[in-house]
Amino acid sequence: MAYSKKVEEYYENNSNIGSFAKGEKNIGTGLVGAPACGDVMKLQIKVDLQNNTIIDAKFKTFGCGSAIASSSLITEWIKGKNLDDAYKISNLQIAEELSLPPVKIHCSVLAEEAIKSAIEDFKEKQKTINN
Amino acid sequence: MTIKLPIYLDYQSTSPVDPRVADAVYKSMQEDFGNPHSRTHSFGWNAEEKVEIARKQIADLINADPKEIFFTSGATESNNIAIKGVANFYKNSGKNHIITVATEHKCVLNSVRDLEQEGFTTSFLGVNKNGLIDLNQLESLITDKTSLVSVMAINNEIGVIQPLKEIGQLCRKFGVFFHSDCAQAFGKIALDVNDLNLDLMSISGHKIYAPKGIGAIFVRRKPRVRIKPLFSGGGQERGIRCGTVPTSLALGLGLASEIAKNEMTKDHQHIKKLSDKFLKEILKLSHIYLNGDEVNRYCGNLNLSFAGIEGESLIMAIKDLGVSSGSACTSASLEPSYVLHALGVDEDLAHTSIRFGIGRFTTEEEIDYAINLINQKVNRLREMSPLWEMIQEGIDLKSIKWKTH
Repeated sequence: MAYSKKVEEYYENNSNIGSFAKGEKNIGTGLVGAPACGDVMKLQIKVDLQNNTIIDAKFKTFGCGSAIASSSLITEWIKGKNLDDAYKISNLQIAEELSLPPVKIHCSVLAEEAIKSAIEDFKEKQKTINN
Repeated sequence: MTIKLPIYLDYQSTSPVDPRVADAVYKSMQEDFGNPHSRTHSFGWNAEEKVEIARKQIADLINADPKEIFFTSGATESNNIAIKGVANFYKNSGKNHIITVATEHKCVLNSVRDLEQEGFTTSFLGVNKNGLIDLNQLESLITDKTSLVSVMAINNEIGVIQPLKEIGQLCRKFGVFFHSDCAQAFGKIALDVNDLNLDLMSISGHKIYAPKGIGAIFVRRKPRVRIKPLFSGGGQERGIRCGTVPTSLALGLGLASEIAKNEMTKDHQHIKKLSDKFLKEILKLSHIYLNGDEVNRYCGNLNLSFAGIEGESLIMAIKDLGVSSGSACTSASLEPSYVLHALGVDEDLAHTSIRFGIGRFTTEEEIDYAINLINQKVNRLREMSPLWEMIQEGIDLKSIKWKTH
């Protein structure tokens, strides 16, 4: 299957690959997918605690080119967004931006879940800290 | 020396036509256009002569009689003829049971499933972790209703060689016909139909540097194997496969067989040398696993799992290499390979598998280039893999509760 130009671009883009220290209080971590399904995404967000804005994001992904490109794309998209806006990003936007074929739509679904999961993890962490 | 990119490393899916074969086929297409079944003129006689020479060249490679070789369009058709043909001919004598193996090519598995739909009893023998069958298990499946055992020689996905000689002895002992899909083995390893007690063999042209669209089936005469043909027609190929034999393609398969016979040792040495070098260098990267038995294998097929890297993303990263994913993820289905599944390879590792196929025209420069490229890309992809991070931290991936869909 030939990949779209956008998928290739984001797949080659290394700038947001990596990890933050999980324990830091302004970091939220989402880990979604399963090795047996052939896709695992880890997305981490660094949040400005003053205004709940995502100031940085990193990812690591085990998966096909589309899965890697989807996670690379969302790290670009969520930087600078506040948590509520980032939470609203839907898989359809991701699929459209990357022109994913039907058989690769699950990659965009996983990317959406990764954002939500990272934000929820961050919020959970704030609750624990505040208590 | 500059090398031409991309590099072809997918010899199990098909092979380039040998230039010697291509020249002969092209010449034949201009000179031997007569219908080889025409009896009334020299055009037909000439074409028939070419077909008969090819038949003998094929027979000679497997120690068969030319009268036991029938031309088909390829191994898929030969497998269909062998399995459905034998099953349907012998069902009237009360034999309605077929045995095959879970790791066979789809055309074998689906032929047997079709028979199952028609009311035949079928057995799909499992394999050991190394991809080889257990002979005791096979023996325990054979009953007095069994008409056919079908076991491939070399597996197309992982390259393991099944113990044909022992299977042949077993089948002969119980009076059961033995068919082998030799698409990946014919012309690559020595096959003697008498030594192996083979009753039927499927042969493909395009895996041994002949054109696509031509294959053959060996059907034993003594003791005779009877077949109910799939096609109705003018009785060509003794009725086993009706339809005009494509003279020039048959000639190509014949010549390719002769070359394979004469150059088998040379080909094997060449491929083995490159394969050994490739495997040795790639295994230096840690957490790489060779799928299938290490000893009983054809050296031109290396199926490797790269822990922590999904196969399709690696294929994308090494796009200068024409390789195939052991997992079927590049096709419309997202299921990992059923062959690796049958071996009991963990599903996460099955998703990391790639098959590297080396052949007659692979050069050492190409292998060096491939090793270098894979080294770079494996490291890059592992750096971006959350699973690799966990493996490095000593986390057992099985201990994590994954949210599966």
